[in-house]
Order: sequence, then structure tokens, then C-alpha cells
Amino acid sequence: MTDIKRRDFIRTTGGIAMLGATLGFPHVALGAPRRVVVVGGGVGGCTVAKYLRKLDPNLAVTLIETKTSYTTCFMSNEVLSGERTLESITFGYDGLRRHGVEVVTDTVVGIDPVKKTVTTAGGKGFDYDACVVSPGIGFKWDAIDGYDEAVAEDIPHAWNAGPQTKILRRQLQAMRQGGRVIIVAPPNPFKCPPGPYERASQIALYCKHHNPRAKILILDAKDAFSKQGLYVEGWTKLYGYGSGNSMIEWVSAAAGGKVESLDPTTRTLQAEIEEFQGDVVNIIPPQKAGPIAFAADLVDGDWCPVDKRTFESKRHKDIYVLGDASSAAKMPKSAYAANSQAKVAAAAIINRFNGREPGDPTFVNTCYSVVGEDFGISVAAVYTLNAATNTIEEMPKSGGVSPANASPEIRKREVSYAHSWFKNVINDMME
Amino acid sequence: MQRDDTMTKNVRNLLLAVLALLPGAALAGPSGEALAFTCAGCHGTDGSSVGPSMPSIAGMDPEVFVDAMKAYQADKRNATIMNRIARGYSDEQLKDMGWFFAKQRLHLTPQKHDAALAARGARLHEKHCEKCHENGGRPGDAGTLAGQWMPYLDHTMADFLSGKRDWPRKMKRKVDAAIAEEGKQAIPALIHYYGSQQ
Repeated sequence: MTDIKRRDFIRTTGGIAMLGATLGFPHVALGAPRRVVVVGGGVGGCTVAKYLRKLDPNLAVTLIETKTSYTTCFMSNEVLSGERTLESITFGYDGLRRHGVEVVTDTVVGIDPVKKTVTTAGGKGFDYDACVVSPGIGFKWDAIDGYDEAVAEDIPHAWNAGPQTKILRRQLQAMRQGGRVIIVAPPNPFKCPPGPYERASQIALYCKHHNPRAKILILDAKDAFSKQGLYVEGWTKLYGYGSGNSMIEWVSAAAGGKVESLDPTTRTLQAEIEEFQGDVVNIIPPQKAGPIAFAADLVDGDWCPVDKRTFESKRHKDIYVLGDASSAAKMPKSAYAANSQAKVAAAAIINRFNGREPGDPTFVNTCYSVVGEDFGISVAAVYTLNAATNTIEEMPKSGGVSPANASPEIRKREVSYAHSWFKNVINDMME
Repeated sequence: MQRDDTMTKNVRNLLLAVLALLPGAALAGPSGEALAFTCAGCHGTDGSSVGPSMPSIAGMDPEVFVDAMKAYQADKRNATIMNRIARGYSDEQLKDMGWFFAKQRLHLTPQKHDAALAARGARLHEKHCEKCHENGGRPGDAGTLAGQWMPYLDHTMADFLSGKRDWPRKMKRKVDAAIAEEGKQAIPALIHYYGSQQ
């Protein structure tokens, strides 16, 4: 409400009417509502904003995000294969606004944990009673010689979806017949552990239809990866993995897969043992918490330490860190994990506002990967807090990956579950 | 008789809900709400799914919920992922989650369906299914069918018919009777009927 309108309102309604209104709504008389400022409009940020309002409609929740829409990194591999469009994974924030969340398009540049104020590039300040930071990942640009943010315009990472996804898609489409795609997979920990291998799978799916002699080479900084047995099963069935004519080849760190430098002009990668030249090169750099986590002094090393009962920062009181940026072992850096953590944080924030102790947290992760046509796989876990060690542990005898050598019907169902999962995650976080 | 059963059940539900609110009733461990919130990423906020393969579980009978989860724990259903998830919870936690979902209002998403087929399904339902799945299969003390996602129902019926999921008491006889009456179209007709409901 602007000042002029407010003056008009007072003039027309009069002081006595105002007094009556105040008496009629006791919470107004008790003072301004508690304010929560959420930094970042990804899964963690959106979910916490929605659930804060759902659990306590009196809260004033402001979410600040640089972009006017959110493009999910999950399912973006299906954009690379052409199975879906970038638009189909891009969502505006009107759903959150309908929940009464104030969504501000701006970039947060600082958080003052003493004055409890968030400041933006647009020169605004936002006071908070609790602040939630869910900035996602940043990249370690100095990890691979010759690779930096400018080079990424030509040799994309595509590990935050959007324009980067489009660049990689265009390059795949333009690649010569029989060309070679190289994916450089990062060391642990990183966002979406099965993602590089789903990417290889989806690119193989594209090539199977449009470039059948093409090869996809994964150069890995690791000796093992998420859902490995299931990927190998799928690759063997769908893309000839292990045969002399496999479309996909994986080079582990031990076999010389760790990449040291890039010559961007020739698209040549120097790995530990030999050089690899690609027609399309996709480098997924090593990762750390997003830039604001560093600017706001929330990190210890690369990630943000949190109390796993509440996801409150261990570095600054009343600031909570969610999702990929948080150090939440043993939960993976996944969309579902961020969604699950956000609800724990929302409840903890409301408990603190009301002078109550936080409850015992509970978490779930589920993550689907689509290896190819009618071949879906998943990993799931139910987690509990070990308060003594501040670690999040899997419940015994639960969780794990899809069974090996499951029936084609089960693999096909997991594809349909993957797509339904996507719809429900989006629905639960922002609609 | 049926009305009395429902009344008794409602009174019991109310009592249990009140008990749950009493101070001291909550033992250590996550609340039913906190546990149930973790399901939303796959089953939609408060159990109203918007993903066609994932069933809505809002408004579900708490006993049906617990029975389903226990069957998953024991690998007695043709699970893809639910067996792995169900084994993460104690009996008490399953009950708490069941009560949470029982109290949620089911929000349905309109589905494309064949009206003529749905009309045949409505007739079949009335004759063979209504006795257990009352009110056209709306939330009650059997599994919710009305407005349930058709791809999910398709998976479920395929599992029953192929012997990958145990039939609840009397259900096989009823489904056989529906198939004897309507032939191959019986199951699609029923699914289109349930999908047509709002």
C-alpha cells in the first residue's frame, strides 16, 4: 500500500474505524507478523516458502530470486535428447504468490546476521526474523586449466539448466555423423550424483535415432558412480555397452579419466594418461556452495555446515541453509532432498518463533533416472537424525536402488513414475 | 447396517484424532505430519497427486494405508520403489502417517476419458464393486477409486490379474463376474468410470 493510498484510507475510514479493526483482529494488535526472507528460488527456497505459509498463514514470507522463472536441472537431460522442451521444465513463481509469498526479482549480495538484514544488488534491504538461504551450487572455475565461465559459453557445463542446456542441445544437433561427445564428470560431492550418467544415456538415446555411429565418452574423476550397476545394465541392453561397438564408454579415474586441462580451440582434454579430443565437449566442473553462501560467511570449506535437526547454519543464528549448498551428509544433493529438508526447516523456524523446541526431523530422498526408452531406474532412502553425531542416517533395511535385472514391465513403469515424480515435486514446491 | 459401520468408524476416528492432540500423547520421534510431508514429492502436497502414475492418498482410510505399507514391507505387492520406502517406518509411524492422510481433503485433477466406456463402467461398478468401494469408490474404508489416476489403476489391475498382487477378500470373484459380463472391456470400462469422476 503506498502512502497516498494509506492516507486516503485513513481519511475515509476514520480513526475510530481503524481502532475497531485492530480490536477485531488481535494478531494485528500484537504487532507486525514475523518475517522470513528466503534467498533463492529453486527447490529448497520455493518449498520452504510455500510450507512456511501453509503451516502459519500469519508469517510474512519474501522470496528473492535473480531470475523470473525456474528451469529445473532435473529432467533437463530429456531436453538434450529432444524428449521434452526447455519450456516444459520452466516454471514461473505465480503459484507461490497465490500462497501469499512475496516474490522479489533481485540478486542478494549480502546478509548481515547481526542486524538481520538481507541486501540486494538492486539496493534494497529486507529485515528478517529468520532467513533461509538455498542458493544451489557454484562451480570451481579454477579446477580445470583452460576452462572458465567465458569458455563455458562455447563448451557448456549445462549443470544449471537454461541457456546452457540450449547450447549443448544445439551442439549435439549440429555434430557431424559419427562424432564424439565427451562428458567430463566431476568428483564427489556434486549436485545430482546420477546426473552425468543419465546425461550420457539421454545423449545416447538422441544419437541412436539421429547419429547412430556417434560415440559418447565419459571421463570421470571417480572410480564408481551412483546407480552404476543399473546404468551398466541399461547401457548394455540399449546401447551395446561392453561390446566392441558400444555407443557409451566410461573411463574411471583409475583408468586415467581425471581431466587436468582443456584446449578450448581444439576441444582437446588432457587427462592424466592421454589426450581426448571431442566434437562436443560437456565439462561438469567440481562444485561448491553458490556464491551468496560465501558472501554471507556461511561456508566451512566448500559447503555450509548446518544443525541437521533444523538446518540452521552452524555459523550464524537464525539463518538456515537448504539443499545443494548445505552439508547434509548422508543425503545426496538432489531435488527431493532439498524439498524434504525445506519442510524440516519450515517447521523448525515456526517452532522457534513460538518458543518451542524443534521436533525430531525425518527425511526422504527419491530420485529417478531415465536410461532410455522404457528403461527407468530409481534410488530411494528414508533418513533419520543421529543427533549425537549430527549426521543424517539411512533407516536400516530400507532404501536402495531398483533391483538388478528387473522385468521390462517394471523398468517401463519406472519411466512413468519418473515423469509423475517430476509433476508432483514441482506441484509440492511451487504450486 | 453399512451406515452404522460408518458411524462407528467416524466416532472412532474422531476419538483417536482428539487423543492425538492431547499433550503428552506425542512420543519422541517425528510427528505424523512431518512423516507425511516427506511423501509429497511423489504423492502431491498432502497426498493429492498430480502425477498420473502416482496414486492420490489423501482421504485414504488409515487401515487401508497401513495394510498397503505393510504389504510393501513384506514384498507382497508388485512394487517398484514403495517396498524400499515402506521398510523405513515403524508400525507406529505408519499409523501416524495413515491418520494424517485420512484427514486430508482429496483434490482431483480432471482426466481424459471415454464417456461411453465410463457409462458401462458405472453400471459394472454398481453391480460388482459398490458394496466395498462405496459411493462410486470415493474415499471410504476401501481403496479410493473415484477420480484416482487411470494409469495407476491400470498398473494395479494388471498386477491383480497377473497374480502379482494378492486379491483382497471377495475381490477376485467380483472382478471375474465383471469380466464374464463385459468381456475384455470390463477393466477399461471400470477405469474410465473412475477416471471420469470428479
